Amino acid sequence: MIVQFFVPHAVGTQGYELLLQWARIVGAFALVLGIGSLFRTHWDKIRRRRPQYGYSAVTLLSFGLMVWAGIVYGTGEGGLGQRLTEMQNGTAFEWLFDNVQVPLDATMFSLLAFFIASAAYRTFRARNVEATLLLVTAVIVMLGRVPIGEMIYEKMPEVYEWIMQYPAVAGKRGILFGVALGSIATSLRIILGIERSHLGG
Amino acid sequence: MGELLRKLESIDRRWIYLVIFAAVVIPFLMNLKLPVGKHSPSTTAVHDYIEQLPPGSVIQMSFDYSPASMPELEPMAKAVVRHAFEENHRILAMTLHPQGALMIRRALDEVATDLNKEYGVDYVDVGFKPGGVAVILGMGRDIIRVFEDMDARGEKLSAMPMMRDVADYDDIALMIDFAANSLPLAWIGYAHERYGLQIAAGVTAVMATDLYPYWKSEQLVGLINGLKGAAEYEELVGAPGFGVLGMSSQSIAHLLIILFIIMGNIGYFVTRRASQNRT
Repeated sequence: MIVQFFVPHAVGTQGYELLLQWARIVGAFALVLGIGSLFRTHWDKIRRRRPQYGYSAVTLLSFGLMVWAGIVYGTGEGGLGQRLTEMQNGTAFEWLFDNVQVPLDATMFSLLAFFIASAAYRTFRARNVEATLLLVTAVIVMLGRVPIGEMIYEKMPEVYEWIMQYPAVAGKRGILFGVALGSIATSLRIILGIERSHLGG
Repeated sequence: MGELLRKLESIDRRWIYLVIFAAVVIPFLMNLKLPVGKHSPSTTAVHDYIEQLPPGSVIQMSFDYSPASMPELEPMAKAVVRHAFEENHRILAMTLHPQGALMIRRALDEVATDLNKEYGVDYVDVGFKPGGVAVILGMGRDIIRVFEDMDARGEKLSAMPMMRDVADYDDIALMIDFAANSLPLAWIGYAHERYGLQIAAGVTAVMATDLYPYWKSEQLVGLINGLKGAAEYEELVGAPGFGVLGMSSQSIAHLLIILFIIMGNIGYFVTRRASQNRT
């Protein structure tokens, strides 16, 4: 793959195309494996009556319901969903997605706002210089991202942009370089047989 | 007084939850729309890039998010779709996220109907394709082949008027990835670096820090950053919607979080001084 990236010869290109097809097929099978693993894990939990096995039952029931809705009624227009409600077009699958999965998923993510508010209140204490710097930066970023910040101080969005474009980028680049160098070093150790811990050695 | 100030350090979290809940919900109920303010250069860059494309250009959009991040990403996706259609560009919609297929319909179909755009001529939805990087690389060679000549509705791609002009990335003027995950990095690493595809990203605010270095190095033409970016884009295209409305809630919530931080610090310093005086 690396060689054909730099040398676009017909033989390399054909091999590359073949590998891409394999990767797509493996990707599709990975979904099947994932579903199988999900089913086996939760079924095992229900069978052994492990603590909170009720959640596993809900997971498998919801999974079965979505599969049933998708396979039996399809994902095109004019399915059961259209008959379930006149206000909503689409199939049973879409109806379940729009009216069950979307609000549930959005609710889970929305809980973050409450946790972040509580965590910010508890952790942002000016205990020392570093903590104070973090606190001040967090306050500027929070204010710079909302219109009210600009009402408090006209240049707040510019200060926020400066933090995002310079100190944040510098820090992020440092991390990226570190990760890249670490990945190359680890890959070389594995290729050269120096690192064998992944084989259990 | 001292006791009261000390209590500020340990407010019951349920009060915090209640106040944040009120701060988020009330502006929505009152339909409060605060001015969005100055537009970020990264958002304007995406807008300006689309503006300068010749009419009829094909813009590829990858809707790589799920309902969890929909409140933050759907407003920007709708605003960009509206902008592209208003400039008479064509849209090739896809997703590499299993739940993205229905996100496409929510973001694309409503705006397309609103602007009388015709499916197959002005836009095509190829839906979800598993494989991640393999799909990104494969599209650089032959887009129709990667999707096995079939769109999300089961129709033949090769029979669609729009797809007659679209073979590979050379025919795509811009690719925008709306994502709540690391997929923009894969698009940059493989589609931009290998095939020279111009890429923009619309991401959740927590992800923006990861992508700023790529915008600064011009590997991204622009970056729409969270709900603020969505609100800015809505203003830029003259269609204020959920993004602008959401900014009012976010404004008040951020202000209250800062207030709680200040209260916590007052309590902390009062308690610390009291313990120092005792010793």
